[in-house]
Amino acid sequence: MSDGTLATQFANPEELARALDGVDYLADPGIATAAFLALRLGRPLFLEGEAGVGKTALAHALAKLSGTPLIRLQCYEGIDAAQALYDWDFPRQLLHLRAAEAAGGADAARLEGELYDRRFLLARPLLQAIETSPAVLLVDELDRADDEFEAFLLEVLSDFTISIPELGTIHTDTPPVVVVTSNRTREVHDALKRRCLYHWLDHPPYEREVEILRRRLPDVTEELADQVAYATGVLRELNLLKPPGIAESLDWTAALLALGARRLDVDAAARTLGAVLKYREDTDRVTTAGLAQLVR
Amino acid sequence: MAGFVRTLRAAGMVADTGRFEAMLRALHTLDVRRGVDAYWAGRLTLCTGPEDIARFDAAFAAYFGGEIPRNAALGLQKTPSRVVGITALDTLDGETDAPTETQELATEASDTDLLRQADFATLTDEQREEVRRMLAQLAAVGPTRRSLRTEAAARGDVDPRRVLRAMLRRGGETVELPRKSKRDRPRRIVLLLDVSGSMEPYAEAYLRFAHTLSRRRPAVEVFTIGTRLTRITRAMSARDPDAALKAVAAAVPDWSGGTRLGELLQAFLDRWGQRGMARGAVVVIASDGWERGEVDLLADQMARLRRLARAVVWVNPHVGKEGFAPTAAGMSAALPHIDRLVSGHSVEAFAELAKLLSEDFLRAARLWPVPRSAA
Repeated sequence: MSDGTLATQFANPEELARALDGVDYLADPGIATAAFLALRLGRPLFLEGEAGVGKTALAHALAKLSGTPLIRLQCYEGIDAAQALYDWDFPRQLLHLRAAEAAGGADAARLEGELYDRRFLLARPLLQAIETSPAVLLVDELDRADDEFEAFLLEVLSDFTISIPELGTIHTDTPPVVVVTSNRTREVHDALKRRCLYHWLDHPPYEREVEILRRRLPDVTEELADQVAYATGVLRELNLLKPPGIAESLDWTAALLALGARRLDVDAAARTLGAVLKYREDTDRVTTAGLAQLVR
Repeated sequence: MAGFVRTLRAAGMVADTGRFEAMLRALHTLDVRRGVDAYWAGRLTLCTGPEDIARFDAAFAAYFGGEIPRNAALGLQKTPSRVVGITALDTLDGETDAPTETQELATEASDTDLLRQADFATLTDEQREEVRRMLAQLAAVGPTRRSLRTEAAARGDVDPRRVLRAMLRRGGETVELPRKSKRDRPRRIVLLLDVSGSMEPYAEAYLRFAHTLSRRRPAVEVFTIGTRLTRITRAMSARDPDAALKAVAAAVPDWSGGTRLGELLQAFLDRWGQRGMARGAVVVIASDGWERGEVDLLADQMARLRRLARAVVWVNPHVGKEGFAPTAAGMSAALPHIDRLVSGHSVEAFAELAKLLSEDFLRAARLWPVPRSAA
């Protein structure tokens, strides 16, 4: 339990939900309780769900709410400790070595001490998060990284201590708020999940989607927001390769607004389908089924 | 609360003491008297995946009679029941039809070589035991891919860290240039095993092969396909093959039904493959290609799979048998989208398959001459 501001600021999930509302993140009771517990218990929050349902957006909202920086670690296949923790700035070390040499007569032991100084250390996201905490650390798409990386991450998330052989240990007493996201392309190890609170995010229900559209895009009329939310709902029922998430319905609305469309009709839908559907097969399926079904 | 956790465990969830403790802490933090808070405290700390949520909801409703908050329930399909299936595997183990001529012949020849070549469908119980042992011993190396990680190597890029170290040792002089190169990593293998009726004599052998592969190398994903798609990767992680098979029997609800390859392949790609599991992986489909569903759908999905996967290998127990031609409707629809078509009827065939999987697949090299026009 940290003494960071966010952890003690809210008495219950409802208060946190209201505060998130203030930074334009509309949290349902599930996500609000999850975030509340993560703050109070000092546990990482593990979020799973389809792409584009707002997993990453929660981390952004929490950072905005607390006025702390958001530090993002994007995972990918083959990511390792050097890319997540720290690395040495080799070119600068080399310059320093040459300069010392030109000045003449530096002994090797002292030179080595100088070379592995903090100013030659490049902090990667995890070290950054520990050094700048309070902060929000977003570990994005953990399912893309390898198993070994998960084990390594587990260690860091357990004690928020990083030991650098040449420099010593770096520790923080106010651990960052951690949000871990996964698209569920593979099963994340149980040991890591056990450290976290788990929440599955679904597509938002219709009313919430309308509200999100109106909140994020102030120019949108109530009618257009309603129509897009309705049409997106229909698309999600069509068994597509990539059912649209909130991200896509926002893109779609923005595209319609950019074209000056005031309402969604068959013509406007046909011209902007590319903003919401990302596969030729999906476009074919929807066009064949008839665009009229998207309009009400 | 302890009683509730027992209910959850009975429903198949991993509600260990650590999670239980986390739930108590969560309850303590929230308002215990409110049913909604109790629900979320439990769900957020005890569940580890969407399947768990469905189970949790059911157990919560049953134990507390409590209402589940609106919008909390998932749009996912219900978790399959875990009761059926065990009997099917028992029959697999033992009684097949009365001994045929080939079977008697094989019994006389106790020679391992003959047993290695024997068709799984014709084995006696005794031979079956021996074959199980042989399957468990197959070498499983598997394909590799380049990773982003590097290791010290004789040739490759200059490794700045080690150059700097070497320079320090020599008082600033660059005498040697240590190098590094990218490491090879195991490439993911995805096995899709047909457990429908027509594959019954072979299903056990495929599962045992999958088990050996899963135990010996990382990054193996296993699914069964029949009337539905079931992920059995977790069950395959049991050390003992018999325990693993028992776990599979409990998880797979559709032994010996029909096959709807196209639909299930689509389900696999939608749920797992597209998001990354099939990307760059070697996908092995074990099936005789007897498709009961739409053949066009199968062809479409095979094309989609091939665009995602590094290579698609189809294992068919009838390949190589006298008079085999890929004429089963499903087989001929899939053929244009397969990189290799191999047989899988004996230990030897599996050894060949294991060897094939260790190759780095190149699209051009095909074992089976595939007429492009077959599409």
